[in-house]
Parts: sequence; structure tokens; C-alpha cells
Amino acid sequence: MKNPREVTRSDVIMMIGIGLIASAVGIALGLWIDWFPTAAATQAAPIDTFYDVLIIISVPVFVLVTTVVLFSVFRFRMRAGEEELDGPPTHGNTRLEIIWTAIPSIIVTALCVYGASVLSEIDAAKADQIQVTAYAQQFAWDFEYTGSNGKKFLTEQMYVPCKPTTAATGDGAACSGQQIKFDIKAVDVIHSFWIPSMRMKQDAVPGITTHTKVNPNRIGSYPIVCAELCGIGHSIMRSTIHVVTPARYTAWLAAKSAAKTG
Amino acid sequence: MPAQLKTAGWYRAAAFTLLGLAFSFSLTTLIRSLYGYTPLIDGAAITIVSMIAVPFFFLVGLGAFDYWFYWAAGRPTRAEDHASHGAHSWRDYFKVNTDHKVIGVQYVCTTFFFMFIGGLMAMMVRAELAAPGSQFVDGQDYNSLFSVHASLLIFLFIVPVFAGLANYVLPLMIGAPDMAFPRLNALSFWLLPIAGTLMTTSFLMPGGAFASGWTAYAPLSTTQPLGQMCFSIGVQFAGASSIATALNFLVTIITMRAPGMSFWRMPLLVWANFATSLLVVIATPFIAASQFFVLLDVALGFHFFDATIGGGRQGNVVMYQHVFWFYSHPAVYIMMLPGFGIVSEILSVKSRKPIFGYRMMAFSLLAIVVLGFTVWAHHMFVSGMQDWIRVPMMITTAIIAVPTGIKIFSWLGTMWKGVIHLDTPMLFTLGFLTMFTLGGISGVMLAMVPFDIHVSDTYFIVAHIHYVLFGGSLFTIFAGVYFWFPKMTGRMYNEKLGKIHFWATLIFFNLTFAPMHVIGIQGMPRRVADYAQQFAAWNLAISIASFFLGLSTLIFLYNMVNSWRNGPKAESNPYRSLTLEWQVSSPPPIFNFDEIPTVVGGPYEYGVPGAVHAIMGGTKPEPVAATVGSDTESQES
Repeated sequence: MKNPREVTRSDVIMMIGIGLIASAVGIALGLWIDWFPTAAATQAAPIDTFYDVLIIISVPVFVLVTTVVLFSVFRFRMRAGEEELDGPPTHGNTRLEIIWTAIPSIIVTALCVYGASVLSEIDAAKADQIQVTAYAQQFAWDFEYTGSNGKKFLTEQMYVPCKPTTAATGDGAACSGQQIKFDIKAVDVIHSFWIPSMRMKQDAVPGITTHTKVNPNRIGSYPIVCAELCGIGHSIMRSTIHVVTPARYTAWLAAKSAAKTG
Repeated sequence: MPAQLKTAGWYRAAAFTLLGLAFSFSLTTLIRSLYGYTPLIDGAAITIVSMIAVPFFFLVGLGAFDYWFYWAAGRPTRAEDHASHGAHSWRDYFKVNTDHKVIGVQYVCTTFFFMFIGGLMAMMVRAELAAPGSQFVDGQDYNSLFSVHASLLIFLFIVPVFAGLANYVLPLMIGAPDMAFPRLNALSFWLLPIAGTLMTTSFLMPGGAFASGWTAYAPLSTTQPLGQMCFSIGVQFAGASSIATALNFLVTIITMRAPGMSFWRMPLLVWANFATSLLVVIATPFIAASQFFVLLDVALGFHFFDATIGGGRQGNVVMYQHVFWFYSHPAVYIMMLPGFGIVSEILSVKSRKPIFGYRMMAFSLLAIVVLGFTVWAHHMFVSGMQDWIRVPMMITTAIIAVPTGIKIFSWLGTMWKGVIHLDTPMLFTLGFLTMFTLGGISGVMLAMVPFDIHVSDTYFIVAHIHYVLFGGSLFTIFAGVYFWFPKMTGRMYNEKLGKIHFWATLIFFNLTFAPMHVIGIQGMPRRVADYAQQFAAWNLAISIASFFLGLSTLIFLYNMVNSWRNGPKAESNPYRSLTLEWQVSSPPPIFNFDEIPTVVGGPYEYGVPGAVHAIMGGTKPEPVAATVGSDTESQES
């Protein structure tokens, strides 16, 4: 009769097979889940793709560990009569240890290179910018624009222009246009300026001006969220960014510029 | 004066506490009168001074400093008669005791007490989050609940419970009769209930408990009501306790190993605590500093973090985060490395095999210590610090996955072809292996700056930290408590309840924390009392799962209490382990070893024919002891 403690070639093939199937299922599941909110800026696509790559690399790592654990538990568990038995006195295997030091090192190095390239892509400045100053205070956002008459005004809701690239102009229409450059200031404590749909986040810090950029590419309205705990009203510190057609934006800007109060 | 007030104990501690209050009142009022401040009697100022001074009066009253006072005053000290050694009744656990085994039990019980309080707060947080809108707490109370929850579980549970377990088993493992500094050890323990009391009772402060998160970012923390000081000052006591214990471990490990116990014969739990203690000694002063800054800002107007003063050139807000994370990132390794040690012990014994790659296991611990200090700013990718810091910190953070991976693969190698005893400690160990792998994977994801920009300060972070601290640390804590329960109490735990506890924990842990990854990426920020309707279904599911997770800890509590009282008597070495703590009776004799053992081989030589770790009873080893005879006759001495 076959000794259950012996690991044969077919056992290894079976583990690899199960591991591959489980990894495939896990990766399929990971890619099928709708993780991210609707993408509304060009920054979203590279980040979302990056995440997919992270899923594809991560699932097999978890599957590997789990497969070895489960196989060991089923195959090497103590059976009746083995109460006094000890395992083989293996102290290590230098080749194996070099492999499992080297392969993770290569993977994380590759991920860092990829990550740095995505970072420079989403951080890239476009020549054609609209500058908006975001003021964070407990517990509201104010946005300062330069009006069509050259005077600055404040608004609680953001409007940004984006030119539809197809015939559709309603919510969800693809568009492209200027980059929005945010100068972010905090009036009282630290807040964090976050547009989940555009994937960009930047703390608002008292005493300094911080910056972030987004390139909207989808018509619609998206939440602006405060992500850094800022006190009692942190969970209600919300605003909205409206990505609208250039025509609507110009009209809004003109109306705001004409209004007496800022 | 009645005799009760003269001898160390709770009556004298109560009297000294009153004395401390009087002292704080007088000192504060005196200084305010000298400076001409009005009002002369200021409640907030007196409270802050009391929070610092009264604990010392309490400790003096309790007797934590008696020996040193006798010595300093030239009075005859009680020579080492070990009057305060060992515990003969439950009352002895409430005294200043210098026995590392008593202190270990004191630590574990105290920390689990705060675990249940902190866990209860998590239940309240989840109850509030079960549906959008406000259920039963307002914003400030909600912020207090999660702040105190995190602070208690970090500073009063995970960090010190490891110190407690190691306090018990580490001196035994290296063949020492006690820790190097028993009185300092006792003092370290008694600082903990003080920290816990400060943090827990902060709910009684006017304005409520501290509510700026366990991170206490300035300037939110410097503009909070008085409860914030309970955190700032509580952390000082918990941190002092940590540092003193770490120094104690370092000196104990370096100087008190039994003959023959070279560094490369030490069990990995000892290595892990050596590495952890290095981290604690180097890093903990930084969180102490960060909270002193907050304290000085609030109490004395130092304006470290006030960006409005001097035209914004004097106060620096981001500075706080650098100092804070310079501790608090190494702190996650402080909360994990001792768990690595526990897991190494259990996996080797329960697989009946030597640790795979013992030296690499020790070296990877040291690598984590060094690398752990190079990654702190990955918590600050969106903080407004200089942009160029981000990529270097991303690289160092990702590299930490390599030594961690070495450990995980080596544990798998240890199991491979072993004879696996699948009891409760082993189940929790295997649960740790898989769950911590998930936490490690999401950690590598978070290291990636572009992804982190999106998920920073979201529920993805909450999911990640609970996968490493609950699925990682807490699983190893459960494993360790079950594993050494027979040694610490002399009784066996109930195996069946232990297994039920494990499966309930594993299932509801995943149901609670796995969905948080999803809602975090979808856009739910953390630390919010209210959230958008789109997250309602997930949050309800999470809350329900979390209540069952909470209930599962009651199985553990019942098992521990009942087994301690009524469990069957434990043998000295129920697992046929080779390490030294199992070669003495359960519980061990007051001075651990009748004669100091002589170590002649590695600690994990399972399956090696004729291998001996140590010769008990002080007999001289044969020159080639590792290959002759059996250790079974010499065990029971």
C-alpha cells in the first residue's frame, strides 16, 4: 500500500494543477469584481489597470501558500499510531531559500518600476490648465475660481469644462479638455481632498499649499470627499464636481462672475 | 498611622492617590498664582497635572519603588529574600510581584481585559455603521469610540500581550531563573493599568474622550477637548512600560542565557523578542516625543503645530506625522515579530520537524528591524510632504515583503512532510499563515504610490490593518495563549471549544474584514459615522458578521476561565517539545530550574536521532552529547 507521507511526482503535478485552476478562478473573480467607482478622469485608467496587474500577481501568491498549507494538512496530518512519530530532520535547502528570496525580489522590483511609471503618468502636467484653489475648513469645501472678468470668486460646487468627443453630451459622455490644477489650502485642521471617480487625493494642510491635478474625461457629477479625519462633522464634509460641456461651463462662469458676492 | 497605610498595598496606594491629587492641585495653583493667571483654580490645568503626577503617587503607594527608596535612604533593604516572588493565591496577582511568571500572567490577563473593552467599542462602532445616517451616537462620540478602540487594542493589548507572553516563557526558554531586572519588570507591568485607565476613563472628561484617532494628527489633536490629554499622557505610560520591558528583554537575552545557549541555539521566539526589543528601544521614544509635543501645545501653548503663528513659518504640521510614523511604522513590526516567534515555536513542535532555514529566519527578523526604519513615510504619500520621498519609500516598503516572504516560505517548508498535530494552537498558526499572507499582499499593494493615492484613508486601509493585526497578530496571540496555557496554569484547555473558537474566528473574521477592501476602493473613507447609500448593503453585512466575531471571543473567554478552574491537570511536557520551558513542571517551580540546565544543541532537533537540546540538572555534558543517549531520563529532575 502506498505510504501517504510520500510525495510522488503525480502529487506535485496535482498540486500544480489545483494551484493553476484556483489561481485562474481567483484572478477571474478579482478582475470580474467591479472594484472602482466610475472613472471620470484620465488618471483612472492607468491606476485601474495597475490594480488589475496587482490582482493577477497577488492571487497566485495566496493560492501557493494556501495550497501548500492544505496539502500538508491533508497529507501529513498525524494519523492514529503516529503519536510518537517525528518528521524527517530537514534543516533547510539553500537552493530553495535562494529561489524564494530571489523571485519575490524580482517581482517587487518590477512592481516598483511599474508603479513609478504610473505615478509619473498620472502626475504629468498639461500645458492647458485651469487653476482652482480648494479651501478646506471644518466642514465644507470652497473653490476659488478666476471669473471671466478676471476677478476671483468662491463657490461650494465645482464646475469644470470638458469637450465631448462624440455626439453625446449628456451624463456619461466621453470628453476631453483642459487639466484642472488644484492648489489646496486648509483653514483650520488637516483635511484631504479626494475625488474617488478621478482617483486623486491630496491632503489639505494648514500652513502650506498642496497640489494635485486631474484631467476629466467623462461628463457627469461626482462626489468630492474629505478623507482625513477632521472632527465632529468629518462624515458630512462633501461637495460635488460637475464635469460639463464647455458651453455650460462658460455660462456658469459668466453667471458666477456677474454675481456680486463671491 | 494605621499599619495598613505603612505597608505597601492598595490602602496605601489609595492614600497616596489622594495625596497626589492634593499635590497636583497645590502645585498648579501655586504656579498660576506666581504667574498671576486667572482664574487661579483651573480645572483643566489641575486635571492635566494630575494625570501626570497621580500615577507616580499611586505607584509609590502600591510599593513599586519601595526597594529603591530603602536603598536611597540608606535603610536596610530587604536582601533578595524573594518575599515578593511567586503567587500563592489570586491576591498575589494584585500586588507588586517580581516573579516573571506572575508578571507574565498579570500582563496577559490585564491586556485581555482591555481587549474585551476595546472589542466592545468596535461592536458599538459597527452598530452605528449598520445603516447610513445616525443611529445612536453623534459624530464626536463616534470619533471617540474608534479612537479609544484603536488605542486600547494597540497600546494596551497587542504590544503588551506579546511582552506578557514573552515575559513568561522567554526566561524559561533561555534557562534563566528570572528576568535580568525583576523590580523594573514589576514596574513595567504596573504602568500598563495606568495607561489603560487613563484611556478608558477619558469618556468621563468634559467634552468626551479623545476623538482624533489613534494617530492624533495635529492640529486636530491640539484643538480637541481635555479628553485628548488622556491619550497623550496615557501613551507616555504605555510607552515607558514598553521601553523598560524591551531593555529588560535585551539584557536578559544577552547576559542570562544558560551555559551553552549560544545565540544560534536560541529558540526563534527569543530571537523575535530580541529583534522586537531593538525596535521598541529605538522607536518608542519617537511616539513619546510626538505626544509630548501635543501635550505642550495644548497645556503650555508651545505652538509646535500651529501653522498660523509667525506667518505660518513657526508651526509645522507635517512634522508631526514624520515623528509619529517614525515610531508607528516600526510599531507594526513590534506588533508582529513576537507573533512570528510564537508561530515558529508552534509550527516546529506541531509538525515534529526542525525549523526550515533557522538562520535565515533569524536574519530575516534582523532585516525587518533595519528595513522597518526606512519606510515610515509610506503612510504619508498624500500628506503634502516633498514629492521625491514617495518613490524611495515605495521601494523600501516593497522590499520588506522579501524577508517576510522568506519567513512564510520557511514555515511552509517546516510543515512539509512533518507529522502535523492539528490542535487549536496549530489551527490558529495555520490561520495566521494564510490570513497574514493576505494582509501582506494588500500591504505590497498599498506600497504602490498610485494605488495608495486612491485608497489612502479609506476602508481598504481598515481592511489591511485588520488583516495584519487581527488575522496576523491576534491569531498568533490566540495560538500562543492556547499553546502555553498548560505551562502557565498547570491545566489543559478544552480542545473542542478551542477548535470551535478557531473556526468561528476564521469565518467571521473574513466575513467582517474582506468586504472592507471592496467598499474602500469603491470610495468609502474611513473614520466616518455616516456614509453614502451605495455602501449600505455591504456595511450591514459587515456589521452582522462583526457581531458574530465579537461573540466568538466569548467562547475563548469561557474556555480560558473554565479550564483554568476545572481543566485536567497538565503534564510538564504535553507536546513532547524540546525547548527548555517544557522541561520543567507545569506551572514551573518558583525559580524555574532547580539547577541551571546546560544547552548542548539546537532547540528544534525533532526527528534527529539522539539529538539533545539541553541537559537538565546541571550535569556536565559529554563532549559529543548530541549524538549519544536520550534526553528522556534527564528531563524529570
